[in-house]
Amino acid sequence: METHELTITKAAEGLKNKEFSAVELATACLKRIEERNPVINGFITVCTESALEEARKADERIAAGSASPLTGVPFAVKDAICVKDVRSTGSAKILDTYVPAHEATVIQKIRQQGSVLLGKNNCDAFGHGASNENSMYGPVRNPHDETKVAGGSSGGSAAAVADNQCIFAIAEDTGGSIRQPASFCGLAGLRPSYGRNSRYGIMPMASSLDTVGPLAKTVEDVALLMEVMAGNDPMDPTTVSDPVPAYTHHLRKEIKGLKVGVPKEYFETEGLDGETKQIVEEKILQLKTLGCELVPISLPYTKYAIAVYYIIVPSEDSSNLGRLDGIRYGVRKEGENLFDVYGNTRAEGFPEEVKRRIMIGTYALSAGYYDAYYRKAQKVRTLIMQDFERVFREVDVIATPTSPFPAFPIGEKSDDPLQMYLADAFAVGPSVAGIPGLSVPVGFTKAGLPVGLQVLGPRLQEERVLRVGYHIEHLS
Amino acid sequence: MPTKLTSADIAHVATLARISTTEEDRQKYAEQISVILEYIEMLNEVDTEMTPETCQVTGLEDVFREDTVVACPEEVREKLIAAFPERMGRLLKVKAVFDGE
Repeated sequence: METHELTITKAAEGLKNKEFSAVELATACLKRIEERNPVINGFITVCTESALEEARKADERIAAGSASPLTGVPFAVKDAICVKDVRSTGSAKILDTYVPAHEATVIQKIRQQGSVLLGKNNCDAFGHGASNENSMYGPVRNPHDETKVAGGSSGGSAAAVADNQCIFAIAEDTGGSIRQPASFCGLAGLRPSYGRNSRYGIMPMASSLDTVGPLAKTVEDVALLMEVMAGNDPMDPTTVSDPVPAYTHHLRKEIKGLKVGVPKEYFETEGLDGETKQIVEEKILQLKTLGCELVPISLPYTKYAIAVYYIIVPSEDSSNLGRLDGIRYGVRKEGENLFDVYGNTRAEGFPEEVKRRIMIGTYALSAGYYDAYYRKAQKVRTLIMQDFERVFREVDVIATPTSPFPAFPIGEKSDDPLQMYLADAFAVGPSVAGIPGLSVPVGFTKAGLPVGLQVLGPRLQEERVLRVGYHIEHLS
Repeated sequence: MPTKLTSADIAHVATLARISTTEEDRQKYAEQISVILEYIEMLNEVDTEMTPETCQVTGLEDVFREDTVVACPEEVREKLIAAFPERMGRLLKVKAVFDGE
């Protein structure tokens, strides 16, 4: 196996045993990016020089015996996450020239461990999308089939990891943006509980839903990254102070006796692909061999999740994106007066989906419509949360398909916003409830496209979700 | 609720949202956003008379920090100034706000 194909755990082992150096590992990844990025398009910015410099420092740290499991391991960051002194566009031209003077807390934490930053990943602009086609830097191609999307919004991150251009990636998940690309590209990806990881330095989309989490090749790697990323941050007042468990320590602990809820609404959804259903159902049945009890459950408000999500998200989007006006930073477009400067800057700097969402949100929040749309959606949100709370009194985890279907052809849904929204059918309910969700690869369709299984747990029970995911990953 | 938006509705919303549009844009957005709003209509089936709204899920309330003044390091100040799209010396340059009044 080539070094750039390794998992974090294996790469750390190789570095520790001096089988290869951090510079060699970074060089292998950079070479792979150079060869493959023109096709896959997972990177908007590649930091060749600084990456090699960071790798040299990592080698010194390894030689000095003060390495952690992440030291010298190359990674990439979704472009909607700010990295100090590295261009961060959010995949929108309005920030084409933006170089942040600050850095997201989770990225600081990872880099303090000595990980090597290779660059910034293409995504749907500001996280708006399910296919990475809403990027102003071109679509991302799925490494398993280059005619298909890599998923979204973190499509560039997932494609880059799946294509072995980096060992792991840090991304953001508001309504499936980590889990769905993980499932489309055959990776493990975790949306943590809302409030578990700091969002300081993340370009905000829907503040009541946004989370930041890892995409990696194995559940163990995801658990390892969560140990580093999680925890309270004074810079993000929504982060909780609950202690961060040693997620990797209990992964292998048996799951005998665990109750796994199987929600009928997720398996009876119109549009659920037959092969996806079959692969996921078979995997869930296999859990019985580990001593799990399968419990049929119902989450009756599931069918309203997308409607709730596509009111709350555009509303919060429209407010959050108000800051992007071309005045203090980013790309300004001229106009006759100040009003035209704002209007032209935003018209030319945002892709269509961003503008569409800002307008839906502006409409939904405007006088006379607020109660009918935003407040109504927040009320139904309560009912969706109560669905999950009730069910988690009976079961320990819930298992569902991550996405109703595998990766779809580039261009198939890009002209139909509502069809694109429906691609998030299984991802948004858990998002709205603020609970953790992990996508684990469980097989391939006959056409060779990966299928993901989503494990959900109660709030802040990432440890349990990761443990179940680990066992699913290791079922034969 | 009127769910069929017209090009005029979009013009109004786009003005509020500070996004310049062409008539062609407005027609397209009116059509697309109407379809989305129509889908969202399904929320009206749900009886929420007695349901409180959820604004956040952490249960955290009134999270405060020390009210201390933290100076902006010169290095950061320089970077922020360098990021201005247009400037005059170290000042941010913008179009007149009050239109000569």
